[in-house]
Amino acid sequence: MSSVKQILLTPLFENNPIALQILGVCSALAVTTQLSVTLVMCVALTTVTAFSNLFISMIRNHMPSSIRIIVQMTIIASLVIAVDQFLQAFAYEISKNLSVFVGLIITNCIVMGRAEAFAMKNPPGLSFLDGIGNGMGYSLVLVVVASVRELFGSGSLLGFQILPLIENGGWYQANGLMLLSPSAFFIIGFFIWALRSVKKDQVETREFRMASHSTEEGAF
Amino acid sequence: MGLRRILDDMEPHFKKGGRYASWYALFEAVDTIFYTPSKVTVAEPHVRDGIDLKRVMITVWFAAFFPMFYGMFNVGFQANSAIVAMGLEGSGDWHQIIIGALAGHDPASIWDNFVYGAAHYIPIYLIVFMVGGFWEVLFATKRGHEINEGFFVTSILFTLIVPPDIPLWQAALGISFGIVVGKEVFGGTGKNFLNPALTGRAFLFFAYAPQISGDSVWTAVDGFSGATPLSQVAANGLPVIAAATGQGLTWLDAFFGQMQGSIGETSTLAILLGACVLLVTRIASWRIMLGVFLGMCATATLFNFIGSDTNPGFATPWYWHFVLGGFAFGMVFMATDPVSSSMTSTGKWIFGALIGFMIVLIRVVNPAYPEGTMLAILFANLFAPLIDYFVVKANISRRRARGVL
Repeated sequence: MSSVKQILLTPLFENNPIALQILGVCSALAVTTQLSVTLVMCVALTTVTAFSNLFISMIRNHMPSSIRIIVQMTIIASLVIAVDQFLQAFAYEISKNLSVFVGLIITNCIVMGRAEAFAMKNPPGLSFLDGIGNGMGYSLVLVVVASVRELFGSGSLLGFQILPLIENGGWYQANGLMLLSPSAFFIIGFFIWALRSVKKDQVETREFRMASHSTEEGAF
Repeated sequence: MGLRRILDDMEPHFKKGGRYASWYALFEAVDTIFYTPSKVTVAEPHVRDGIDLKRVMITVWFAAFFPMFYGMFNVGFQANSAIVAMGLEGSGDWHQIIIGALAGHDPASIWDNFVYGAAHYIPIYLIVFMVGGFWEVLFATKRGHEINEGFFVTSILFTLIVPPDIPLWQAALGISFGIVVGKEVFGGTGKNFLNPALTGRAFLFFAYAPQISGDSVWTAVDGFSGATPLSQVAANGLPVIAAATGQGLTWLDAFFGQMQGSIGETSTLAILLGACVLLVTRIASWRIMLGVFLGMCATATLFNFIGSDTNPGFATPWYWHFVLGGFAFGMVFMATDPVSSSMTSTGKWIFGALIGFMIVLIRVVNPAYPEGTMLAILFANLFAPLIDYFVVKANISRRRARGVL
């Protein structure tokens, strides 16, 4: 049972796909201006990762290794199309906001990465949970980024006005940088900084260290 | 030597194992304000030179006094001219309490202008200095490096490139971003690849665009609105430039700096005086300055030859690009930042020319940004390591071809 828990929870902080593996950053920049849109994206990605892991794991022993990437891509692409059609049918507005980024889940490195690294070697049940876990790890970062961006960029959360804007007679001046994609880079950077100052084992070893070049010994 | 003895008596408490060891950076800062550090360089390679980082930074700081004092005067001159022209009582905000107590609003009086400008400049500088200093000390104590005099330069340069009536909280936020994200996360002075002052300004430029761009922020009077000469050039071409007073702006006016703009950027003359100090003391690189200048001249002339029926900015000659906007300030004080620019001599030429080229390109071709100096320098900062890499590679292969290596 502990391995199930481990598979589900380690991607949150111990081995976060965005913060530690630095995968899937592109969509973290693109879909995080509004929290509601981000939540839908998170659900979509988690679903795709979980089911692609499940199906790939089911047929992992029947796939010739030389064409496995093509087979994986076919499965992932079918799932993404299914999710995209579902959103267009039942959540048209949000689907329009997400535009191409649902389709681009196909190229999201997390989906492909988990299929290669986990689903190809593990039974379907565990693979499914691994997909859910990594989807949650991705969602955690995206929700943090989107909360910061929507709160400081538009003064609201999920569309509810928290900080009254100056334009509407309030006191809060919206930060325009937060509405631009590059701000997500800074916020992800700060997130990684905070995470690594708590979990110091995630800090990479230095590639080099500057030699101390001055001394007080023998000073004149 | 009383002070030396006091400091020496205190020193053991701040050393490793002492009671206040975590405050060593502050102790070291106070000590080195009064006395030359006793540290000597031992490891190779190093250059023996009488001028250390501290003197470099303080010299730049003094060189920035020329545009600073002129900037204070000019902020007041522009504002007082507008006040008289509009028939107002004063600046229309809290600055008026200070200005009203000390001076009037006569644009012909140097004192009135200077007080008006100082009442705007000094609060911004104090806030920038205190907030920036806080981050500097915090990172120095936490990360165990020394408090660096580079911060003196960053704070004054940052203050000189913001509009005179920028809200103080924005100035604080901007310098925080510049110091923390532009410098300290990479390990402090010497390891930053971007110019910290420009990083802070770029943050404000994108985050709070209404307070740092447009027509109403460059003269420190509430309700005053007037396009800067540069945005007029971008919109209408040269013939219609008008100063805040409504008179035409001549080239000499622009050269002396009688126009609105960021606090320290308006007077090309004052900036060139600062440049003289930096060049005579050999602190700033003449290669970079000349590279920026020549790059700008070449690109501006190229655009003059190409010409355009729809974009009047194409016709702006190089000597107007030279005196308008932040070109001169960027060339002298920002591009020559020894940390974020190229290190090799050839690289400095390329680095400078790239800045000059990008400034004119953004000014003329991009309709959204009338000014491109800040973005051009940050852009070139990113390329500086790459330029150096190729210069070194080319040098190696050239020497190998000659059979020297």
